Amino acid sequence: MLTLDNLHLTQGAFHLRADLVVRTGARVALIGPSGAGKSTLLNAIAGFIAPTTGAIRWDGKDITDMPPGARPLSILFQDQNLFPHLSVTQNLGLGLDPRLKLSAAHNAQIEAALERTGLAGFGPRKPSALSGGQQARVALARALLRARPLLLLDEPFSALGPALKAEMLALVGALAQEHRTTLLMVSHDPEDARALCPETILVADGEALPPQDTDALLTNPPEALQTYLGK
Amino acid sequence: MARRVRELIPAALAALLLATLVLAPLGAVALRAGGFGLLTPRDLDALWFTLWQAAVSAAISCAFAIPLARALHRRDFRGRGLLISLMGAPFILPTIAAVMGLIAVFGRKGLVNTGLGWLGLPEVSIYGAHGVIAAHVFFNLPLATRMVLHGWRAIPTERVRLAASLGFGPAQMRRHLETPMLRAVLPGAFLAIFLVCLTSFAIALTLGGGPKATTVELAIYQAFRFDFDMGRAATLALVQVALCVGALMVTARMTLPSGFGAGLDRPQPMPEGVTPASPLPDAAMIVLAAAFLLVPIGAIVLRGLPALADLPPSIWRAAGTSLAVAAGSTILTLALALPLALTATRHRWAELSAMLPLSASALVMGAGAFLIARAFVNPTSLAIPVTLLTNAVLSVPFAVRILIPAAQYLQHNYDRLASALDLRGVARLRYLTLPRLAQPLGFSAGLAAAFSMGDLGVITLFSDGRTQTLPLALFQLMGAYRMDQAAAAAVLLIALSFALFWALDRIGHHADPR
Repeated sequence: MLTLDNLHLTQGAFHLRADLVVRTGARVALIGPSGAGKSTLLNAIAGFIAPTTGAIRWDGKDITDMPPGARPLSILFQDQNLFPHLSVTQNLGLGLDPRLKLSAAHNAQIEAALERTGLAGFGPRKPSALSGGQQARVALARALLRARPLLLLDEPFSALGPALKAEMLALVGALAQEHRTTLLMVSHDPEDARALCPETILVADGEALPPQDTDALLTNPPEALQTYLGK
Repeated sequence: MARRVRELIPAALAALLLATLVLAPLGAVALRAGGFGLLTPRDLDALWFTLWQAAVSAAISCAFAIPLARALHRRDFRGRGLLISLMGAPFILPTIAAVMGLIAVFGRKGLVNTGLGWLGLPEVSIYGAHGVIAAHVFFNLPLATRMVLHGWRAIPTERVRLAASLGFGPAQMRRHLETPMLRAVLPGAFLAIFLVCLTSFAIALTLGGGPKATTVELAIYQAFRFDFDMGRAATLALVQVALCVGALMVTARMTLPSGFGAGLDRPQPMPEGVTPASPLPDAAMIVLAAAFLLVPIGAIVLRGLPALADLPPSIWRAAGTSLAVAAGSTILTLALALPLALTATRHRWAELSAMLPLSASALVMGAGAFLIARAFVNPTSLAIPVTLLTNAVLSVPFAVRILIPAAQYLQHNYDRLASALDLRGVARLRYLTLPRLAQPLGFSAGLAAAFSMGDLGVITLFSDGRTQTLPLALFQLMGAYRMDQAAAAAVLLIALSFALFWALDRIGHHADPR
């Protein structure tokens, strides 16, 4: 269970308040006008932005001051999810041991993750030799290997075409279900949210509201969302 | 929080060590300085000469760089890329070897005077103030030319096309494109060259001297070695520090254009019509400049190569010593520069401490180190270690400036990912920092090694004549008028400096996994 306890984020004139709970195993979309602070909120949960006040808890444990790599979560960014100078295997290995001392068991795990994400045999390649969709799969495979209970997606598939994006979202959904991963996903496309996330956090007017039913929200959007959706 | 502090430790240690290495000699000099009343009229002449020769050298270099860069920019010819690459060579070329080349061309028995003799004209002399200035122009004309070429390249192609479509002739081109560009580039170029010439030692030592051609650096050396007057030497060192700091304060207000860097060798000829039809003036400019820059080196190579086999064992020993000094000082330079560059992107103190060595010159640091060493041991026994340390320290500002843009790019693109994956410490250095910075590291290592290999500075204060680096051995051969051997030693020195630069730069490219 992820708790944002009276969390306040301030960056210059920008301000965002969040006081909400996401239950374990939930799949939640973050929706709202651009500039409202969706990515900022995700970055705060991941540990890249320190909140001015308030706390972030996972299963009751305060993780507000934890360094990003130690938090019980993985995050996929919009871009730069892979080190271009390391092979696919090494990029995945970083998810198992940041010092890249890989045992036989580790290598077996990497092979399995490649298999599961449809990348069998791609291990020795460099990211530049992969397509955009394949690179996204590598990043996802690494999150799988890290096996953290919370997965944050900051629009990692936004550069992919519609068919490829749908495919990736389906894969994310399947993996999240298999491992009971809690999912938080920033999205610009309401259809993505409908497809993958039963619940949605609306981020607008300086506040992130508690998760609500995605369908109900999109069918009957409040004013702040209406302008954004163009309805 | 604790982790964030821990990450600053390497840079803090580097800053501390660097500050000690710079400030301890400066402190020793300041303590020993006997007050400005000690300065003789000769010393004031040295101060005056230092300032005006630096100004004149910079002005002449810039004046010739304007037509040369214009010609190189608008003409395409075979060997153009090679010529422009060679203009980067003065960064690596050992000063003393280049002086040998200038003597071979302009010296008493050089090519020019032989020609003048045939024509029955009076001899010219390379020694004296004009010789010092000519040597400075030899080194800095290429630097200025590359800076102005950078300026040309920075003019957007669209604007050049617009000029062509408006039917601009050469005169309008000059007025609307070249002049505004020069106004932006030239002050920085002038200042950069002025700074370099302010601390000139080896050129003044070999071509200057006497009351009318002594720089402050040379005056420090003379007060030390010939007059044994430590108080006056220390006072002169303080004068030199004041000069450096003053010049730095002026440059701090502006960004100096970059003289090295890639992208200059691709030809970018002007569209039809905006270039004068007759290529003759441009061609003459290019041929003259190429001759001025290349003939001295060619002459030294032709004279030195045959004598290479006859070099005495002492020269080869000196070469070995120089290689060891270059290796040690390069490693130290990188060990200081890398943590400082990685931290300088976030903490201003790291960049400021990396620039600290610019406030001292080689001879100032040498004089200070001598004063400190004298209290404990016979300074001559420390000739090699002090040379190594000084060379390393003086290279740090340049290495850090080369590394900072790459460090910024690295942190901007990969910091979040690295910390999300908990990649830190040695693993981060090995799998992220070193691979991603391999190219600028190799390049700055190459520059540092070549600089150390060719440097004739501190060693002249410390050596008793038996402890020799290759540049010092070459200087002594010149002093003994053994010119064939000197030419051979110069060839060896040039070859080793370029080989070191080339090898380290190659390693950097090779280790870059992209």
